[in-house]
Amino acid sequence: MSALLEIREVSKAFGGVQAVTRVSLEAQKGEILSVIGPNGAGKTTVLNMISGFYHPDSGRITLEGRDITDLAPSRVAELGIARTFQNIALFRGMTVLDNLMLGRHVHMKTGVLGAFAYWGFAQKEEVAHRKRVEDIIDFLSIQDLRRRPTGSLAYGLQKRVELGRALALDPKVLLLDEPMGGCNHEEKEDMARFILDVNEEWGVTVILIEHDMGVVMDISDRIAVLDMGQKIAEGAPDDVRANPRVIKAYLGETKTIGAGGSRG
Amino acid sequence: MAEATTLARLLQRNARDLRDRPAIREKDRGIWQTWTWGQYHDQVREFALGLAALGFKRGERLSVIGDNRPRLYWAQVAAQCLGGVPVPVYQDSIAKELAFVWNHAECAVIVAEDQEQVDKVLGLRDQLPALRVVVYDDPRGLLRYKHDWLRSYQDVQELGRSFATRHSTYFEAEIEKGKPEDVAIICYTSGTTGNPKGVMLTHANAIGIAEAFRKADDIRPEDDALAYLPMAWAGDAAYTLFLSLVVGFCANCPESPETVQRDLRELGPTTVLAPPRIWENMLTAVQVKAADAPALKRWVFERFRAVAERAEILRADGKPIPLGLRLARMLGNVLVYTPIRDQLGLRRARWALTGGAPLGPDTFRFFRSIGVNLKQVYGSTETTGLVSLQPSAEANPTTAGRPCPGIEVKIADRGEVLVRGPVIFKGYLKNEEATREVIDPDGWFRTGDAGFMDPRGHLVIIDRAKDVGALRDGTPFAPQFIENKLKFSPYVREAVAFGHERDFVTAMVAIDLNTVGNWAERRGIPYTSYMDLSQKPEVCGLIREEIRKGNETLPAATQIRRFLLLTKDLEADDAEMTRTRKVRRRFVSEKYAAVIDAFYSGGHTVELEASITYEDGRTATLKSRVRVEDVGPEMTARV
Repeated sequence: MSALLEIREVSKAFGGVQAVTRVSLEAQKGEILSVIGPNGAGKTTVLNMISGFYHPDSGRITLEGRDITDLAPSRVAELGIARTFQNIALFRGMTVLDNLMLGRHVHMKTGVLGAFAYWGFAQKEEVAHRKRVEDIIDFLSIQDLRRRPTGSLAYGLQKRVELGRALALDPKVLLLDEPMGGCNHEEKEDMARFILDVNEEWGVTVILIEHDMGVVMDISDRIAVLDMGQKIAEGAPDDVRANPRVIKAYLGETKTIGAGGSRG
Repeated sequence: MAEATTLARLLQRNARDLRDRPAIREKDRGIWQTWTWGQYHDQVREFALGLAALGFKRGERLSVIGDNRPRLYWAQVAAQCLGGVPVPVYQDSIAKELAFVWNHAECAVIVAEDQEQVDKVLGLRDQLPALRVVVYDDPRGLLRYKHDWLRSYQDVQELGRSFATRHSTYFEAEIEKGKPEDVAIICYTSGTTGNPKGVMLTHANAIGIAEAFRKADDIRPEDDALAYLPMAWAGDAAYTLFLSLVVGFCANCPESPETVQRDLRELGPTTVLAPPRIWENMLTAVQVKAADAPALKRWVFERFRAVAERAEILRADGKPIPLGLRLARMLGNVLVYTPIRDQLGLRRARWALTGGAPLGPDTFRFFRSIGVNLKQVYGSTETTGLVSLQPSAEANPTTAGRPCPGIEVKIADRGEVLVRGPVIFKGYLKNEEATREVIDPDGWFRTGDAGFMDPRGHLVIIDRAKDVGALRDGTPFAPQFIENKLKFSPYVREAVAFGHERDFVTAMVAIDLNTVGNWAERRGIPYTSYMDLSQKPEVCGLIREEIRKGNETLPAATQIRRFLLLTKDLEADDAEMTRTRKVRRRFVSEKYAAVIDAFYSGGHTVELEASITYEDGRTATLKSRVRVEDVGPEMTARV
């Protein structure tokens, strides 16, 4: 079985700091792969390399067998990798609807002039994209927020809109960087449900960085553990939970990681 | 149409006579989708035949749980067509309440809106021996649920289509068997004491209320109504199912509970039914918006609001309105009233009804004065939702209106209101004793409300008959009457008054988090939670002033002397209120016995231990020391 997304021995250094060292990961089509690890383990750096934000010093990244290692972020997005950010990246003054429509941008073919005239193809295209965005609005149950500026929304809702913005891209792979960070219990439960539904009903492959161990253990198919820029473990949630190296990285002593909201 | 004696036959009649007229709409993906009466009929037929294929039989019961959705209404009508009985339940009920109703009604089929509701059924399935099939409307998140008893709505309709090829006249034959005295729906009353009771309403009741209403008010087939009130409430059944089927108007289902206000505005329904809470919320929204507006706009609003209210008071008293005032009102209509009605989605409404609980006179007057034909309606589940209604020319904030044509009302010895007519229910399900208690051999139904007939012939309701008590000196004490005075304040969400067999009246007050929170923010008062906000000295001062205002309209003996601010709102989940937000007095006075004790022993603080029940049934306790405040006769205001 060939992986949908394959990361082979990537390394990245910032000046003298070796952030990621020869990390390899494979995401199979349709799975939820979580990447966990203590703060500064290099999780976000890996995500940034996948999405083309950074380019690795060495190693390769392929999507469906195609090398995307050195592509610009916009190209990576066009190929079907969408992401959300640890600290929400939405246009705060724009409405939820506009933010989501913007997420469709890579699929839009109408040029500036065409869009300005808003006639014929341009109109048809806009309606088609709006339809897709309405599906996402329905999916995320944010019908009441369409016309609200995103900056005025509660944090948990902004996170939800950001997920919507990523989904608007119709991604093959969804990279989620701490989608539950700063959310309360109920918002976390909602988000976990959305992630599962995206994965199961739309068949989107999910790569998830998350600190809430309860959530990670519950919804992941596989978990990879990073520590000090290196992969120290990988496997099913139960295997990872019992892995002594993981426990040591997290707790510095021998104890089992329990389910529940322990923070890394 | 003489032969349309059941709801099912009315559906057939509508499908024939109103074939291409809109019957029901739902806002989906941001767009209003319409089904005509012809399509409504076909949808019901397919689902009914699907139910038949699954073995659903005459007399069996089908429950629906969820928001107002066309499919959930169709499922109810489908059951009725087969001689079955729909049992709508409140979707925010806790598990224990749901288990009671589903068991008591022995529901064989449950139609659930979505995964959230299916999960509730899933958790209770072991306790529901009569349950055979669960049908869901929205498949979202349900793909991984693999059970042979769980089916999608489309799946059932598919079964119906193939059943139809083998039994092409089954549906029509079943409708033929229906009789007017058959039970058409069972609505559970969220009684203020004990377990809910299943009120059996017949097809004759359903048609009876619609005919009575049609004679009492102007309702037309081209009307648009918003179907947003809980389906389990008899009022929604009467309005969205019975009245719509009889008259043929269109029911419109909002996109989600959160979008009701916006949907209301988009739709601009021609008839509106709303409980007092909705009117209060709308007024609060207008007031908050006005307070946020620039000075000039605010001034214009306040000026013309005063003009409108002066004119309305004159009108209500039957006095002539001077020319100057009339001209000012015409100008106000252009500048202020019409834009407000438009913003609220009330611009097209020929009439609007409020019922279920009394509405504060000032709120009532406000809507009347800006040109909303707001009127009071009175009824209960046992009377299929209708007893009396105010004619448009006689609308006023104090009465419950004239008994509708065909409905008789009389006042019993102790002031209790008795009702007789075609709208009186058949009986409580499996509870003949309770039925005998409330319906006497002559067919009079005891409403349990205390009231009287005023000289004009309007019915006036004071309180629940059993709640009316007396102070120690013999002064009559009607707690709800006093609470309503407080609840008119936008800052008070809920109030409970005490005073029976006491020397004076006291009240517990739950503040409104939105308005008080907004008020606090304006004044730069920081707060963290409901509990924190409720105990701020400034908030206490605010509420004290509101109580003083309420006291001014009360006789001296029943004025509130002491009060306390609750650290949480009263909740149906905590059994403090019914699902229709009526205070469960006995339960509350037991739960807050320490507060009552402090009120009358002169105590200044009391330990509040509030146990909270979450929607999933878990409980938590909240402990805090709370001050007991004196209203005080002549104290200077702190705010």
